[in-house]
Amino acid sequence: MDFLTNKFLLIAATFIFYLGSQLLQKRTGVKLLNPILLAIAAMIGFLLLFDIDYKTYQAGGEYIDFWLKPAVVALGLPLYKQLSTIKKQLLPLLISELAGCVAGIVSVVLIAKLLGASHEVIMSLAPKAVTTPIAMEISSAVGGIPSLTAAVVVCTGIFGGMAGFKIIKISRIKSPIAQGLSIGTAAHAVGTSAAMERSERYGAFSSLGLTLNGLFTAMLSPFILHLIGVY
Amino acid sequence: MILQFGIIFLFLAIGEFIVWSTGIPVPSSIIGMILLAASLKAGIIKPRHVERLSNFLVRNLGFFFVPAGVGLMNCLGLISKEWLPIVVAAVGSTIIIIAVTGWVHRFVRKVFSHKATSKDELQKIG
Repeated sequence: MDFLTNKFLLIAATFIFYLGSQLLQKRTGVKLLNPILLAIAAMIGFLLLFDIDYKTYQAGGEYIDFWLKPAVVALGLPLYKQLSTIKKQLLPLLISELAGCVAGIVSVVLIAKLLGASHEVIMSLAPKAVTTPIAMEISSAVGGIPSLTAAVVVCTGIFGGMAGFKIIKISRIKSPIAQGLSIGTAAHAVGTSAAMERSERYGAFSSLGLTLNGLFTAMLSPFILHLIGVY
Repeated sequence: MILQFGIIFLFLAIGEFIVWSTGIPVPSSIIGMILLAASLKAGIIKPRHVERLSNFLVRNLGFFFVPAGVGLMNCLGLISKEWLPIVVAAVGSTIIIIAVTGWVHRFVRKVFSHKATSKDELQKIG
């Protein structure tokens, strides 16, 4: 039984669960069966079943985590391909991004507070729209729980990637640039990979959204949280 | 392929160095991404030097998030106690961010830019 805690086995299991989930989604054609979500659920089920704790899993999982950073660097390529459009529209991009950032932090805090969430949960939720490393950093700085933040960030990304284009349609956002941008602003890298599946151009503006929101959130969130009186 | 790995990790290392030496609260990967785009623009690097690895990483981004998501198991107690505010706030705020970002973008575009560029843009994207 001890062998189940072997890190290579745990890495292999992560790949297999992800592949299985991808296959399931392809076979059934059900969008809701998001492979990231399913793989996470299956992996948690596996760990709970065999009584393996998260720390033991992370001995293998950290090698997968590791690739997040180079993958974010790699987003520089699609970003480069859209530089000329970005330059032409710099002001609208910056202003809408700033609005999205403020609206995101304020809304998540107010809704959570209204529904009676505890202080540490509210603080963990505040940076939930931005990519994990920034979000976890902010969360611990303002008194949240970084691991809860990471999990909520991933789930937010999955939701944004799945429902984002529906929300765009309902809110009548027509410009493809704005569409890509808002997905990246709300759903960081996970949303960006969903946008990338539509087209590289959506993906590029989505990565711009995740970058700008990451920067703005890192710089402004303590200030915004202070202004609305929770920090 | 070795060259592609070398370039991506070099930019990540530069990002790490900038964070380490200045202490700015921005992740090294984001700095690396911006510098990579800037170097491509400056022509120091050609797209073909990073294209294969970059496309692979970007296409499989979701997979790399799985271990962080598995971290959910560490806060199952807290989540079962406060699942309603967590879910409603995360979902509601995501919808609000998408709508606000898109609407403000449209509004500012209307105020600042010319009709010609927007037609141009629509044609390009098709």
